[in-house]
Amino acid sequence: MSQGPTVLFTYDILREDEKLLLRALKELARVNPIHIPSTPLQIGNPNRVAADIALVRGVSGRTALYGAIAVESWGIRSINTPESIMAASDKAYTHLSLSRKGVPQPRTLVSTDPQAIPMAVRDIGYPAVVKPVKGSWGRLVNMVRDEFEAQLVAEHRSYLGVDLRASIIQEYVEKPGRDIRTFCVGGEAPAGIYRELSGGFATNIARGARASPVRLDRELEDLTLRSCEAVGVEVGGVDIVEDLRGGYVVLEVNPVPEFKTTQRVTGVDMAGIIAGYVVSSARR
Amino acid sequence: MEKALKHRCPVCGMDVDVPADYMPGELVEHECGVVLELVENGGRLQLRVFGGVEEDWGE
Repeated sequence: MSQGPTVLFTYDILREDEKLLLRALKELARVNPIHIPSTPLQIGNPNRVAADIALVRGVSGRTALYGAIAVESWGIRSINTPESIMAASDKAYTHLSLSRKGVPQPRTLVSTDPQAIPMAVRDIGYPAVVKPVKGSWGRLVNMVRDEFEAQLVAEHRSYLGVDLRASIIQEYVEKPGRDIRTFCVGGEAPAGIYRELSGGFATNIARGARASPVRLDRELEDLTLRSCEAVGVEVGGVDIVEDLRGGYVVLEVNPVPEFKTTQRVTGVDMAGIIAGYVVSSARR
Repeated sequence: MEKALKHRCPVCGMDVDVPADYMPGELVEHECGVVLELVENGGRLQLRVFGGVEEDWGE
């Protein structure tokens, strides 16, 4: 066992990403894993757990957020912070944060009532993209091409739970059949991938998009780091599209990114880089 | 893999081998086709059908 610092590792499901991270962390540090779903978390009890730093993971956004809240309440620095996870979990708030840093984004409206979606889409212009304010993996993301589809999406949304009724409505950015996922780790941008469409218009790997390495030019690197800084994440993923009208546009920032595909196609040791950053942060 | 622990699949009732050094949160794909999640309740291992998660982060 390593004699390095002690790292809390909070998680819910042990995917390949989490296993890679655990393996990398154990080479550098003592690791104390906490399975959040089976562990009631006392909040507001400093020194409850002895650790130098925490790496917060979670397939579920709530697992990541509540894990971060708990460990920070124990006086342990969390990567990422609860504030940044909250900011990145809400696409409207992310938009505000990125706007404040001048990060280019699609024109965006927010609607708390599904009945207002058709009006928002008319304002944006067809085609538009309607997304729940919370969520990822491209779920419930719809392209709306006309008034009929806008009414249809509004009706579907009205039957969903309260958490999924709030939507953002964005202009559809014409892209070259792919988008880009880049990563930031502690102020560096170590890698990125193209995600090529495999049908439909969503380019999430979870939905079957194909991945290939992207060379990070200065603009991509700058956008990646500015986006993560804007939201406050130290370890994050940034979704970027190449606008056919010119330049890049940032769609969202992910505070608990999967990276196994990026590691596989780029050969960059993402798990080792993240683990190294966490351990070096504990020593500072 | 360390010595396996014998458990019973909650769906088909057949044996499931769980590594002795398992961690809660691991997923096990059983031969009956179901994906099982290893969870602990009061320190005891339980197997439950993995139902996915409500929200998630992607790549």
